[in-house]
Amino acid sequence: MSDQTAQLQDPRELRERAERQAESLPALLARAEHLAGTVLLGDHGRRRSGLGDDFWQYRPAQMGDPARWIDWRRSARSDDRYVREREWQIAQSVMLWVDQAASMRFSSDKKFPEKCERARLLALATAILLIRGGERVGLTGTLLPPRRAQNQIYRLAEFFSIPAQGDYGVPEHRAMIPNARALFISDFLADLSEVERALTKAADRGVRGVLLMVLDPSEESFPFQGRTVFQSVGGTVEHETLKAGDLRTRYLTRLAERKDRLDQLCRVTGWQFQLHHTDKSAQSALLTIYSALDRGTS
Amino acid sequence: MILGPVGFAAPWLLLALAALPILWIILRAVPPAPIRRRFPGVALLLGLTDEESVSDRTPWWLLLLRMLAVAAIIIGLAGPVLNPQDEAETGSGPLLIVMDGSWASARDWDRSAGLVDGILAETGRQGRTAAILRLTTPEEVTFRTADTLRSRLPGYVPRPWEPSVTDMQTVAAALPEGRFDTYWLSDGLNRDGRTALLTALEDHGTVTIYESPRPALGLRPVTIEDGALQVTAVRPLALGPQEITVQAVGRDPSGTLRTLANLPMTFQDAATEATAGLSLPAELRARVTHLTIAGSRTAGATTLSDDSFRRREVALIGTRQEGETLDLLSPMHYLHKALSPSVDLLDGALMDMIPANPDVIVLADVAQLSESEEEALFDWIDQGGMLLRFAGPRLAASDVSREVEDPFLPVRLRAGGRNVGGAMSWGEPKTLAPFDATSPFNGLPIPGDVTISSQVMAQPDPSLADRVIARLTDGTPLVTRKAIGQGQVVLFHVTANAEWSTLPLSGLFVQMLERLSVSSTTARPEASDLEGTTWQPVQLLTAAGRIEPAGTLPGVPGERLIDAPLGDDLRPGLYQGPDSTLARNVLSAGAVLRPTQWPARLRVEGLTRAEEQPLGGWLLALALAMLTADIVATLALSGRLTGTRATGTAATLLLALALLQPSPAAAQDQTGRQAIDADTTRAIAATTEVVLAHIVTGNSQIDDLARAGLEGLGQVLNFRTSVEPDAPMSVNLETDELAFYPFLYWPITPDQPIPTAEAYQKLNRYLRTGGMIMFDTRDADIASFGASSPNGRKLQALAAPLDIPALEPVPEDHVLTRTFYLLRDFPGRHMGRDVWVEAAPADAELIEGMPFRNLNDGVTPVIIGGNDWAAAWAIDQTGNALLPVGRGYAGERQREIAYRFGVNLIMHVLTGNYKSDQVHVPALLDRLGQ
Repeated sequence: MSDQTAQLQDPRELRERAERQAESLPALLARAEHLAGTVLLGDHGRRRSGLGDDFWQYRPAQMGDPARWIDWRRSARSDDRYVREREWQIAQSVMLWVDQAASMRFSSDKKFPEKCERARLLALATAILLIRGGERVGLTGTLLPPRRAQNQIYRLAEFFSIPAQGDYGVPEHRAMIPNARALFISDFLADLSEVERALTKAADRGVRGVLLMVLDPSEESFPFQGRTVFQSVGGTVEHETLKAGDLRTRYLTRLAERKDRLDQLCRVTGWQFQLHHTDKSAQSALLTIYSALDRGTS
Repeated sequence: MILGPVGFAAPWLLLALAALPILWIILRAVPPAPIRRRFPGVALLLGLTDEESVSDRTPWWLLLLRMLAVAAIIIGLAGPVLNPQDEAETGSGPLLIVMDGSWASARDWDRSAGLVDGILAETGRQGRTAAILRLTTPEEVTFRTADTLRSRLPGYVPRPWEPSVTDMQTVAAALPEGRFDTYWLSDGLNRDGRTALLTALEDHGTVTIYESPRPALGLRPVTIEDGALQVTAVRPLALGPQEITVQAVGRDPSGTLRTLANLPMTFQDAATEATAGLSLPAELRARVTHLTIAGSRTAGATTLSDDSFRRREVALIGTRQEGETLDLLSPMHYLHKALSPSVDLLDGALMDMIPANPDVIVLADVAQLSESEEEALFDWIDQGGMLLRFAGPRLAASDVSREVEDPFLPVRLRAGGRNVGGAMSWGEPKTLAPFDATSPFNGLPIPGDVTISSQVMAQPDPSLADRVIARLTDGTPLVTRKAIGQGQVVLFHVTANAEWSTLPLSGLFVQMLERLSVSSTTARPEASDLEGTTWQPVQLLTAAGRIEPAGTLPGVPGERLIDAPLGDDLRPGLYQGPDSTLARNVLSAGAVLRPTQWPARLRVEGLTRAEEQPLGGWLLALALAMLTADIVATLALSGRLTGTRATGTAATLLLALALLQPSPAAAQDQTGRQAIDADTTRAIAATTEVVLAHIVTGNSQIDDLARAGLEGLGQVLNFRTSVEPDAPMSVNLETDELAFYPFLYWPITPDQPIPTAEAYQKLNRYLRTGGMIMFDTRDADIASFGASSPNGRKLQALAAPLDIPALEPVPEDHVLTRTFYLLRDFPGRHMGRDVWVEAAPADAELIEGMPFRNLNDGVTPVIIGGNDWAAAWAIDQTGNALLPVGRGYAGERQREIAYRFGVNLIMHVLTGNYKSDQVHVPALLDRLGQ
């Protein structure tokens, strides 16, 4: 009897969870779409001649240009022969990594969203923008390689809703496509050596991108006093202090050091380091990410 | 145990204070409990050690707060008492408390009562018996337990007189046997018999005197000299210069008592008397009920005013004057001349005069009174009014009091009267016979030149002889009177002018009126003058100087009233006599206040005694407050008061703190103020410009139409005339003020509610003060005037309680037909029946050469019709007519005439009879030309 109920319960529970997960998807998608809608798509050309649909320039025909390249209409207006060049348009692969670890599921106040939620939102909105711009977007690692179909957005959203194990997330750096672009979103509170490894590996393969650090306001200000036991969200790490107020300056120094370190790392590897707080608007963060990605690809 | 002014009931508990330092150390050693917080940044904290090895200690000030709270609890439980009574001082045996209980005690009565209460409480604790003796109301002295007396104490009040010598002798003789101590609460004034009583008391034990250091002040009766009130204040001791203010208190027009005038007075350095004069306008003086020294609430510092203060009010009612008559022929003229120096004259209609309650109403040759007038007049006479009537041609010609005696005439009258000594009659004019001894005119000299040539004749009746108070030489009555209730009716059988007799020309006329108390005298009567009269107390003065109704106290013989000593049977107050009122004040005209002089061997104390005050409760409350503060501070220190999760806690605490404070009804205040603001805004909007208004019927369609109609009319006025009204307003009869609107449009619906009585009062006030209401039954297409339609019936129901004059259809020459346009019809959406306005007076005549009669002087207060004018005037937002009128061009013409009627109407409302006065301009110019 009890076995039966256990068996019965399991699928029911599974389905409930699945439904709950699915519930958040359209909302996330809608918000991401909404956010993406606020950014105007500019031209996505490579500003050099190449394969593409848009006209780039006429240049005098040179030796070696096939005769069918000559634009006769233009050439007929003068004595020289001209070749019509098109702008080089090429789809870029962008790989996303969003930290889904427990430390991201934190917000200090009901007014602010959890860091994780903000990170997903930004990532998905970026993905929507990029796919609209004709790029291929996927996840780092082997789970979801970059594609450019509209369907890819739904798959991304689905993957973003799966929380990861562990207290602090580690960047996934396997199977990086050479010369692609990447976006890493995390609070980067874990050990930095993993990040360093990921970035060096990326730099080795010519992958550039943006490192977005999402922090809660309380993590930036450390407004604690008195005898306190601090616990990580997953509960694996604990630290007890008798005077929380005294730790503040030292904590802030460490945080600043960490940011400096990340910034330095990014400079060395050709990445860009961005900081975002959950009490600020998501839109400004999206704009910076988008322009950074855009700039990085030119 | 006693420490300074504080004693302790359980002093051993204070030893617990020694434990406080130990508590201090314990509290310091124990750190506050840690809080668990989830915080992802903990990764950055790993490895950070605390700089101090000791935990975050409770700060010293919080410790101090806790220490103080604990100390307050310990001390509070030890039972501290402020001003503990020393038991050694007090004696033993029964205690007699003697209180003067006079008017002078009233100035500090609350403190005296508090003192007695304190003494009794102490006596009760010591198990002694006590007795209270008031010298103003001497009683047998019986010693009782203090608690019994304390429960009776609130019933003891001071009396508005002083203990007499005989009272004190009685008391001294009736003192109980045995030893007892005496506390004597003196009023600070010396009087005969005190020393004897003191000796008698000292025979029984020690005597302690309690006396207020504040000297009593007194006010002598006010006299009137040269038209000013002469005020004299007295004090017992000449203690340097002193300034006081005397207030003349009286009723203001709304009937509430208020200070009418202030008179500053100064006691000179060595004087016990201060005098000053206060001149007031006669009207104000008549309203003064009493004078009192500000801040001194005793009967002695209050002096009542009586008839000598006030001028009598006489209402003169004559017949309606027809045309211009010469002053010298008017009866009113003689009465005016005779009365105006000594009384206040009121002129007006009888029904307006009676509510003013004059002392005398004079009817000069008025024969017939209407039923309501008779009723009111009878009530007024019954309450003590005096009706003075003069005969004249009208009374002689009327049938009043022919067969049956008229209630308002003292005698029956023969038809026609008689003429003697005229051109067409026999005999000489008659002269007056000497007055009888019983006549009020007894003793007045009769000048030889007073002759009577015409009079109305009294029918011989059995009662006639008693009613005659003046007769002619041939015995015919000249003046008769009879009593009605408390009042009387007096009839002069001649006219008040010189037509029938020369009496009004002589000085005797004035003297007779004076004797009849028509005009007032100011001399204060002597005791002998009042012999045989009985005076009924009307208002009494309490010892605290308050004036109270007398209730059913027996009357006082007149001879005692003036100078018998005050007491239980003769209290200070206002007394009503046969035909005047007289005040008996506490202090007589020559009264002096003498200070007490106690022998030096007695202890004389003030009225203050330090009361025992237990402090334990306060200290415990303080401890509780400090512990509450400690909770808040602890929460704040550990970060639970601020930050993320603690918002709720903080809110709860703040709520608790707020509940501890008395919260005023600020919210109600707020709504009240908003309502007042809204009212004010509306009032300002209604009065900055002319605003047309309609009355809300409750039917939204009708209301909207009325509003749109007034809007349309307003636009037409704006375009064509200099009247530029603002947007029209809807007026709710129940809630809105009507006085702001010159014109109200009232569409009638069969189902609108009948206004409340208050609303009708408002409407009547509005109509009387010059407002105009236009009733529109809106049914001229189907019904004519009257109750033939539902709307008409409703109109009758609505208008029944309104003060609407007689109506008539608009006559051809009504000013409404030509205030702006020349109009003959007044169509609205319907062009039906008559429009009704206030009827013209019967004597309005068409003057030769004038286009119309000089009709109503004022504006008609109502216009009643049914032509549905608002529907014809109504426009929509864009200015187009809302409803069709008639058909085609004729319809538009009708609308135009409707607008013209509206313009005329508003012009009539705003300019009144200006246009009808204008017609006189040619005549005036014509006259000027001559």
